[in-house]
Amino acid sequence: MMEWMPQGLWFEVCLKVFFAFMMVGAVMTMAGYSVLAERKVSAWMQGRVGPNRTVLPFVEYIPIFGPLLKKLGMFQPLADGLKFLFKEEIVPGHVNKFYYYLAPLIALVPALTTMTVLPFGQMYWNDGTVSTLALADLEVGILFVFAVSSLGVYGIALAGWSSNSKYSFLGGIRSSAQMISYELAMGLSLLPVFLWVCAPGSSESGLSLSAIANSQSGGAWLFLVQPLSALIFLIALFAETNRLPFDMPESETDLVGGFHTEYGSFKFGIFFVAEYAHIVIGSAIFTVIFLGGWHFLPFIEDPWPANWIGSLLGVGWFLAKTIFLIFFFIWVRWTLPRFRYDQVMHLGWSKLLPLALVNLIVYLLIVTVIDQNAAANL
Amino acid sequence: MNAVDLLFWLFAVLSVGGGLSMVFSRHPVSAAMFMIVSLVGVAALFVLLESFFLAILQVLVYAGAVMVLFLFIIMLLDVGPEAGKGKLSHFKTGIFGLLATVLLVGILLTLGNSYDSLALDQSIWPELSESKDGASHSLPFSTKVSSFGYGLMTKYMLPIQVSGFMLLAAMVGVIILSKKTPDREDLK
Repeated sequence: MMEWMPQGLWFEVCLKVFFAFMMVGAVMTMAGYSVLAERKVSAWMQGRVGPNRTVLPFVEYIPIFGPLLKKLGMFQPLADGLKFLFKEEIVPGHVNKFYYYLAPLIALVPALTTMTVLPFGQMYWNDGTVSTLALADLEVGILFVFAVSSLGVYGIALAGWSSNSKYSFLGGIRSSAQMISYELAMGLSLLPVFLWVCAPGSSESGLSLSAIANSQSGGAWLFLVQPLSALIFLIALFAETNRLPFDMPESETDLVGGFHTEYGSFKFGIFFVAEYAHIVIGSAIFTVIFLGGWHFLPFIEDPWPANWIGSLLGVGWFLAKTIFLIFFFIWVRWTLPRFRYDQVMHLGWSKLLPLALVNLIVYLLIVTVIDQNAAANL
Repeated sequence: MNAVDLLFWLFAVLSVGGGLSMVFSRHPVSAAMFMIVSLVGVAALFVLLESFFLAILQVLVYAGAVMVLFLFIIMLLDVGPEAGKGKLSHFKTGIFGLLATVLLVGILLTLGNSYDSLALDQSIWPELSESKDGASHSLPFSTKVSSFGYGLMTKYMLPIQVSGFMLLAAMVGVIILSKKTPDREDLK
């Protein structure tokens, strides 16, 4: 009989689990504070104040610091979370109970699973080696993200169906159709990017996210090289995260609340957090692919030293870019009006998809020409 | 029995159990969900074989795209548990079940025999570098994405072209079938 698990492996597995919890904590905290940012930014854009009353009892009396935190509404996410937890839980009598309870979980799990392959920085070790900071730096990272996030649609579709209400059902159907439509444009928009990075003669190959971030070190960021891909990817990202102007599944003016009309208390809270977790992860992935990841500005080598300070600064810089993109998501939401459903479908199928195909073919030709020239010069 | 074996049995039970539950569940939505469980279980088995690319394709194509459409149609048509009742009599169903069982047992026996005849250190797959077309490039068979791509573009070029053409034909066929002619009377 073989040994159950080698001695050293136990430690490694425990360490991985610990790291996983830290990552979940970081992303969930960012998701929580994105909700606060959404409320604050929308308030500023509409000339309001936003949440500025919530505070923990003892923090309030710290001079300067306490009132500032209160004014910024830093404790609002905590209060919101507790509110969801302590609300009366109502289950409508006409729902399919099993799938009704299952749907929020199915919506949250893919949002949290995609973060496993997300690289967020580099570790410079003392012996000069450099390794990527990620839970699992898979060679097929971007495909993993697509695969897992495509499972998220089940949560919304099941929520709409199991609620047994017309509004929820329409929301669920709209969402499934929208997500399937925009996945195509999203995948196609990334093909030229990988074609460019993994062009013949380059050292990179495969679909790894960390390789694509490192390819932008000290050179052009990929959104400068491939602006059209970046634009299509960004639009598809908005559609996949169900954010305005693409929030068809829950457009409150015509569907009450869309797929979560029949949901209340903590079950609604899970849907809510899943949406913001999607935004956080989506922003991070856009940063890695198009905005240079943890590397400094385009055409400038990283100014930080190659030690642990550099690692920290790199992660911080990555976070700053991600937070800017989250702000961009919120900015767009409070600026643009919502599309009509047929406009969404029209944009997806007859605008973005052909555009992504043309983009792919143009870059295919460019890469081929460059490759041929390189071969001729040898 | 070590941890990997335990994971293997877990996911094997998940995929086979999911498949059986899919067949036996009365409600079409439950059947679709069990099929997803089964597909994800098979994907996990691929991961245990360190074939991440296949696992991801399994989830991306089957669980993420094909089954969404299945579920979509089931929900749109609002088929209930009674829709699963076929028109076949018990006798016919029994015969088909028997045939399927014989087929399954036959396949299992054949596979089991061929598995025994393999030496343990011998790989089932030929090295790509040994094959005719891959000779110039010595890229050994591996689970890496690039080796998949290399194989598809060299040794399996014809199959990929043929399957691509078949998919194109299917797509054109669907467009023609679903296209509404403005007025059928004009065509006559």
